[in-house]
This record gives sequence, structure tokens and C-alpha cells, in this order.
Amino acid sequence: MTDIYTFVTGPLAWVAFGIFIIGSVYRLVSMYALAKAKDGSSLAYMSWFYGLRSILAWMVPFKSKGWQSDPLATVTTFVFHIAFLLVAVFLNAHVVLWDTAFGISIPSLPTYLGDIISILAIVCCAIFAYRRLTLPHVKGITRNQDWFALILVVLPFITGVLAYHQVGSVLVMTTLHVIFAELLIALIPFTRLSHALFILFTRAYMGSEFGGVRHANDW
Amino acid sequence: MSTIADRIVPDVGLEAGIAGLTTERIQEVVNQTLKGETGAKLKAYKETCMRCGLCSQGCHFYMSHDQDPSYSPVSKATETMYELIDKKGKVTPERIYQMAQIAFTECNLCKRCAHYCPVGIDIAYIMTMVRRICYLLDVVPQYIRDTAHSHSSTMNQMWIKDDEWIDSLQWQEDEARDEFPDLRIPLDKEGADVYYSVIGPEPKFRTQLIYQAAAIMNAAGIDWTMPSHPGWDNSDMCMYVGDFENMGRIKRAHYESAQKLRVKRIVMGECGHAFRSIYDMGNRWLGYKEMPVPVIHAIEFYWDLIQEGKIKITHKYEKPVTIQDPCNVIRGRGLMDKLRDVVHFLCEEVVEMTPNREHNYCCCAGGGVINCGPPFKNTRMEGNRVKADQLRNTGVKDIVIPCHNCHGGIEDIIGYYDLGMHGKFIGDIIYELMEKPEL
Repeated sequence: MTDIYTFVTGPLAWVAFGIFIIGSVYRLVSMYALAKAKDGSSLAYMSWFYGLRSILAWMVPFKSKGWQSDPLATVTTFVFHIAFLLVAVFLNAHVVLWDTAFGISIPSLPTYLGDIISILAIVCCAIFAYRRLTLPHVKGITRNQDWFALILVVLPFITGVLAYHQVGSVLVMTTLHVIFAELLIALIPFTRLSHALFILFTRAYMGSEFGGVRHANDW
Repeated sequence: MSTIADRIVPDVGLEAGIAGLTTERIQEVVNQTLKGETGAKLKAYKETCMRCGLCSQGCHFYMSHDQDPSYSPVSKATETMYELIDKKGKVTPERIYQMAQIAFTECNLCKRCAHYCPVGIDIAYIMTMVRRICYLLDVVPQYIRDTAHSHSSTMNQMWIKDDEWIDSLQWQEDEARDEFPDLRIPLDKEGADVYYSVIGPEPKFRTQLIYQAAAIMNAAGIDWTMPSHPGWDNSDMCMYVGDFENMGRIKRAHYESAQKLRVKRIVMGECGHAFRSIYDMGNRWLGYKEMPVPVIHAIEFYWDLIQEGKIKITHKYEKPVTIQDPCNVIRGRGLMDKLRDVVHFLCEEVVEMTPNREHNYCCCAGGGVINCGPPFKNTRMEGNRVKADQLRNTGVKDIVIPCHNCHGGIEDIIGYYDLGMHGKFIGDIIYELMEKPEL
């Protein structure tokens, strides 16, 4: 079992990060090439100022009509994404990994807080699932890919929390946690999670059209 | 919840269109169009859309149908373009009928949902491309198809013959000289400051608007002209049909007729979609990043005249009014402040609608939907109950509506919901209030 743990935290981690980085670069480069070939009349209007303005405006909770229209979805979205980043980077167990693997030393979250934030992320995923299962305007457009992405994201959190609370064998649970996390990282460029790569551009483009051409706010 | 199959509207154009289709033909056209005419934009939209449903509340159809999810913007995209992409075009002709009905008649391309999508998905663009595919498959509602044919045959929207156009202008000039003895409608005046352009329906059945515009130009002392040749019509239903080739032709004719007269700028009447065509869609098809001849909307023109003190009114309009913000000039071109300046200059009291400005609800006529004709009138009426509520809540009787489509749509809604209101163009009010010669 220890051998498996060593394997998943060693070579397999490199593979996951490799797929993530190479996959992401490939997706972004090929998307840009396609945009240059086919979307010239859109690219021509891309604007740094209006693009960034739009991105920043939408990062403010409840600023836009969209965020105002559904408070539960808004709070859940913001809490989830902040929790995701905090846990992924600053959880104390992860901070140890940053240090041992890359020699990078960064501050870490207090242990109890990391636990609370992780549980919060799971609750957020549960709310996302609740929306997909019960709200008619979300249920009707939900497809397998949407469920797959949600499950992919929640599994590392669930196994991480279980490992921390020593439910079941810590080694098995931790190994599972690492495997699920690696699966998540590797699949970001190839699933619905690719919005992490593309959202900056779709948002910036809408911002550029509204700001530069339409002279109106897009929020 | 309903589905599109529950609300099929019989339409000769759609029926005849699918009668000649096979799944193979559909596949061929869909894949050719997707490969040849769409790119990263559509691909990124489809992939990045998180199916969160937040756009739903942006749509007047969704809100007016008691939040029926089948009317939400993302549902319309899912039922049409996303399905065509996923199935690589392998759908039945009946399904194309349904998609055409969604894209042509259940979305006004007003882009209000853009304010609701965290990701920045442009549903109106997706619907435009669905229309493009339907057009290439020859599945288009009959009335709007006829209008597009008129554009391509006569370069105007209403089958107006070249001599009838000139006759209409001279008729209005003649009539107006009773009231304003010095008034002229100068035709083809080279080098004029202002080239005034209108949409086809003005000479056809809203001719008084040309009369009023001439009166205002005359009173303000504007060096202006109107062209006697094709290109005078700035409207563009080809844009909404998906007939981009003819959209390009008519926009080129419009710009070139102004260039031929070496005018300083084009001023267009109170129309929304025609404005969209010159700054957003037609110009891009022709490869113009900016407009080759400066074009300003009537709102901006009247605003300029007011700033320069060239509009003199005898008194302010006394009854309270509300303001309709048309999508293509407000959400599309940011004229909300100038529109308010103009209306406040003219009227004693303005009662705003809620929501307003760039968040205003669509009139449900735009995007070519009213041009799909009588078969789809009920689609528009039932699909915009929220607009009726919004109008009723202002408690006023007069609505300032600086857009032809909004005008038609809102007058219909006023009748259907028995609101007892009345729409007015800015030109109507200026004409009513302006100083006129004593005869």
C-alpha cells in the first residue's frame, strides 16, 4: 500500500500535472488559432481595458443582474471557488507538499480552518447538485457532462476530509484523495471544468463588445 | 413545463421548407456551416456554459410564461445549436422546424440575458447562427422571408419602386409646404452635412414621420439631403433571416449611396435594428471595423440640436410620459443618457419604468420577430406579459419609443393587455411642440 502511495504522490503526480499543463496549453493555443482563422470580426474588438473591467465587475458579488437574480447560486459560486483555491494552495498538508516537492514555502491555513473550508466546499457542491436536481430551469439543461464535472470536483474534498478525520484507513483514504485530485487536475482542460481556462476570454470578449462597441455595461 | 413540440405554430414558410429536407441534407448543411462559418467563439460558448440557468431571468419570454424553463436562453441554445453540434447535424426535418420556430420567433436577439451570464455567453449570437443554418436549409417563416426577398430585389424592405420612393418624398414636401412655406426635401444634394435615412416602412405607411423630420430639419436650418436612389433604406431584415450575403449587399448600397453624395454624416430615423446593422453586423460582414461613413441615430441627432439650441419649442409636453429603452440603441449603443436628456428637455414629467436603461425588457417585436407576421403575433403577446406589467405600473398614458420595432410591438401589447396607452416617437413630440410659422 505504501508503494502505491509513493507511486501516486510521485510519478503519477508528475503525469497529472504534465497532462494539465500540456493539455491546457494545447487547448488555449488551438482555440486561439481557431479564433484567428474564423473569428476575425470578433477578435478585432478585443480590448484590454473593457475586458478587464468586465472581469473585475463580475468578481464583485451581487453587482451584476445575474448575481442579483439568484442569491443562493451567487453565494455558493463565490464561496465554492474561494474555498477551492484556498484549500488547494494553502491547506497545511498541501503547504508541506509544496515545500517537500518544490522547496516553496508559503503560509498555511490553521488546521481547523482548513477543515471547515473543505466541508464548506462539499456543502457548496451539494447545493450545486440540489440545483441540478430540483430547479426546473437547471434540471432541464443538465447533461451527464455536468454531473461528471461536479463529481470530479467533489471527490477530492470528500476523501480529503475523511482522511483528515481518520475515517477508514488513513493511508487508503489519503491515497484515494491524491488519485482523485490528480484525476481532477488532469481532466480540467478536457471537461466542463475547462471553463477555468476559457472564462477569462469569454468574459473579456463580452466586456469588450459591450464597452467598446455597444457603449453599455455588461453587468 | 412545456416543450417546443407542444406549441408548434403553422407557418407556410417553415412547412414548405422542411417538406424538401432529408436528414442527410440537414447534416451536410449544418456541418458545412459550423465548419465554415463558426469558430472559437461558438466552441468556447458551448463548452464554457456551465448550465447554471442564471440567464433564465434575463428573458422576457421566460418571465412572461411563469418561468417555464423551455423559454430560458440556455434552454433555447441547448435545444438548437448545442443539439446540432452534439448530433453533428443528424436531426429530422421536424426537429429543424422546431429549432427554426425557437430561433426566429422565441428570441428577440435583444441580449438582455448577457447581463445575467457570469461566463459571458452571447445567446443572441448563437440564435443568429441557428437562423443562419435554417436560412441555408430554406426553413424560414414566410413573412420575414418575403421581407428579405424584397430587400434583395429592390434594396428596400417594402417592395417600394424607385419612382414611388421619390413620389412619397415629393408628396410629403408638397404637403409640408402648406404649413412651412420654405420647406424643401432636397434630393441628392452633394456635400450636404446630413444624409437623412429612413426604413422602408416610413414611406410605405408611416409617411408622416418623413414630414415631421423635414419640418424639424427645416426649422433647425440643417443642410440636409435624402437620396433619390436605392440605398436610402437603412433597414435590414436579411440580417435577421440569416441571409448574410444580402445583408452585406444592402449595407454596402446604403453606405455607398452616402459616399456617392459625399455627405458628412448619415442621420438615421428612430429605428433600432437598422442601427444594429450599421455598427454591429452589416459592417462586420463587409469587413468594416468602424462605420465607413459616420452614422448617428435620431436620438443623438436631436440631442445635438438641443445642445446647439436649434430646437425651439413653445412649451413642454404636459402629460407624464415613460421611456422605452430599445435594445439596439441602448443596450446596443449606450444612448440611454442622451435619450433621457432629450425627453426631459421636451416633457414636463418622466416616470421611469423598472427595470430601465440597459436592463429594460425587450418589446418582443425586435430581432425580426414582428416581421414573422400574423402567425406569430400570439407568441409575441403571450411572450411579453412582463412588458405589459412594466408599462401598467408606470401609471402614465404616453410612452416615448424611439424605435420602429418597439413601436409596433408595444402598440400590439397595449391593445392585447388593454393598457389604454399610446406610443410616441421623439419626432412626434418635437413636431407637436415646435414653433411653427403663423399662417
